[in-house]
Amino acid sequence: MEITYRGEAVRIATGGRPHDPELPGIVLIHGSGMDRTTWQMQSRWFAHHGYRVAAIDLPGHGLSGGEPLERIPDMGEWLAGLVHELDMAPSHLVGFSLGTFVVLEAAAQDPTSAESLVLIGTAAAMPVHPELLTASAEDIPRASRLMTSWALGSKAHKGGHRSPGTWLVGSSTSLIDRSPQGALSRDMEACNVYDGAVEAMTKVGVPVTFILGAEDKMTPIKAATSLIDAANNSTVVKMDGIGHMMPIEDPVGARVAIAEAIGWDGARG
Amino acid sequence: MVEPDFLRFSTLSLHAGHQPDAETGARAVPVYWSTSFVFDDTDQAASRFNLEEPGYIYSRIGNPTTAVLEERIAALEGGVGAVCTASGMAAFHLGIATLMGQGGHIVAGRNLYGGTANILTQTLPRFGITTTFVDPRDPDAYEEAITEDTRLVYGETLGNPGIEVMDIQAVADVAHRNGLPLMVDSTFATPYLMKPIEHGADIVMHSITKFMGGHGVALGGVLVDGGHFDWDASGKFPTLTEPYDGYHGLAFSEEFGPAAFIARARAEGLRDFGAAISPMNSFQILQGIETLPLRMAKHVSNAEAVIAMLVNHDAVSWVSHPSAPTHPDHKMAKDLYPKGTGAILSFGVKGGRDAGRKFIENVRLASHLANVGDARTLVVHPASTTHQQMSLEALKVAGVGEDLVRLSVGLEDEEDIIADLNRALKASQR
Repeated sequence: MEITYRGEAVRIATGGRPHDPELPGIVLIHGSGMDRTTWQMQSRWFAHHGYRVAAIDLPGHGLSGGEPLERIPDMGEWLAGLVHELDMAPSHLVGFSLGTFVVLEAAAQDPTSAESLVLIGTAAAMPVHPELLTASAEDIPRASRLMTSWALGSKAHKGGHRSPGTWLVGSSTSLIDRSPQGALSRDMEACNVYDGAVEAMTKVGVPVTFILGAEDKMTPIKAATSLIDAANNSTVVKMDGIGHMMPIEDPVGARVAIAEAIGWDGARG
Repeated sequence: MVEPDFLRFSTLSLHAGHQPDAETGARAVPVYWSTSFVFDDTDQAASRFNLEEPGYIYSRIGNPTTAVLEERIAALEGGVGAVCTASGMAAFHLGIATLMGQGGHIVAGRNLYGGTANILTQTLPRFGITTTFVDPRDPDAYEEAITEDTRLVYGETLGNPGIEVMDIQAVADVAHRNGLPLMVDSTFATPYLMKPIEHGADIVMHSITKFMGGHGVALGGVLVDGGHFDWDASGKFPTLTEPYDGYHGLAFSEEFGPAAFIARARAEGLRDFGAAISPMNSFQILQGIETLPLRMAKHVSNAEAVIAMLVNHDAVSWVSHPSAPTHPDHKMAKDLYPKGTGAILSFGVKGGRDAGRKFIENVRLASHLANVGDARTLVVHPASTTHQQMSLEALKVAGVGEDLVRLSVGLEDEEDIIADLNRALKASQR
């Protein structure tokens, strides 16, 4: 669906079901340069298992209008407001990579927006390789290939995906290649300079689940240690044999981990 | 400068899409000779039927052996995903049916495989889909033929049987300027020689019966989705952008993004049209793909040796292959196909139709049959076989003269191939 929020179009995938205000909300926020389709193997399942799903294109990403935001705190503020605009507060806020910082900031700035946080592929800080920063501004195909090369675990580089016929290297590069002009570089810069994650985490009172890939080179597990330590109520789930791209690399494993994190009761909605 | 590090072509030919079996440790891809697959529970069954979670239901829609083949070809072509079908023609039809319905229009180069030409001229019009054929070497002609009903630009990367070399980027630019995807048949090239997606094509199809399998024992086809065409921006493809009642209101581009086309091709096309490949065929074609780089290099070197013989032969009036400097596309071919332009060529036997018949009847090593891309050398006379449904005028337009012999150079020792052709050519002049 598409709504107008703060004067700009926002595209939201609902998993194939219209929003039912009686259902608990789950909000899914993508990573740098990506869009709502990051969650293609989760959003539809949750929508048919008792949740009101909002997989959101951030401003200037996917099919959303406006300019990409430059600062993580601004993205968090934008998201918290949108959750209220959708009448979905509080929701389970689920982020991937850059999206983990966005949902963290949303929950820290506006505790009424979050029922829980699920952070997939995160760290206390996400410094970006200088050549990736340059490529994200000047050469998107090179950036997408660098990201994909680093972000997939060793098994994913050979394939054997759960979704028949899906070649993950191609899927990942294509997803990033579609990034609208300027979105990827702004996201990368925003991640690179953001240093407020640990402080934001201390303000979060809701349960936080960290889902981390054992072969993640972009946000290695050890880089999340201080963020985990700062959480008041945390659970850590490690996905063996998986790299950074968990939502698409192991879509079922990621979905199961999210479902457990948000307390899915086993019922089909 | 750091560079992305991905597995390379030969490695992907052997490994892509497969992990050793977790339970048995089987190293080779097993043949999952099963029509259907057990669900853990009713919720999983419902989720799979409703495309909420990936997994297997029924081998018409997806099979684990076939999935390895699909993923491997997608990896070799550089796509987001692939769907295999019972034949190349099934893949072609699936591509068309996924993109358009009644009233749809296609612009295609006229240098097509006879079967493709037949479905476009004879069969699809019965379902309200029409085609305008254009000079494959003239990108402007493609643009001039596009109408408001056009939904696809189509061509063969190496034409059949004239081996015209498509200027993929130029034709893709025309298609994209008009909000249309470019689909190409790259059967003659294989991804070893050229990857159309890297040059702007959006959908690649193959008859994998040919060089991909290489052994001539199994039929199959494939569609590969490049994942770069923006279906939403085009606005001409409601099958991909509008809610589909066949999956309870699913809009494929909304949920699958870059994989919208291939997701619909599988979810609707294999479910409803049912042109599924057999798992045994998938297994057999996988055996061929494991040696694709080695075979294609040998096919090309053998073909070059044969061409060198033919161009100097007294009984040959002309030779058409892009590696020959006289071929109109020679320069573009060198740029687009640095490893060579394949092993299919055509030539004219002096003396016309009768001499051509004598040539065919006097080969002893080469096989006279209607196929290409086999490990064995094949010859055929298109005017009387693959293109026989076409009128003389249509044959002329398609570049198929009555004297034309198509040769698919195999993997035998080049000296033996040349000796056989030389003997048959001499016999043709008696």
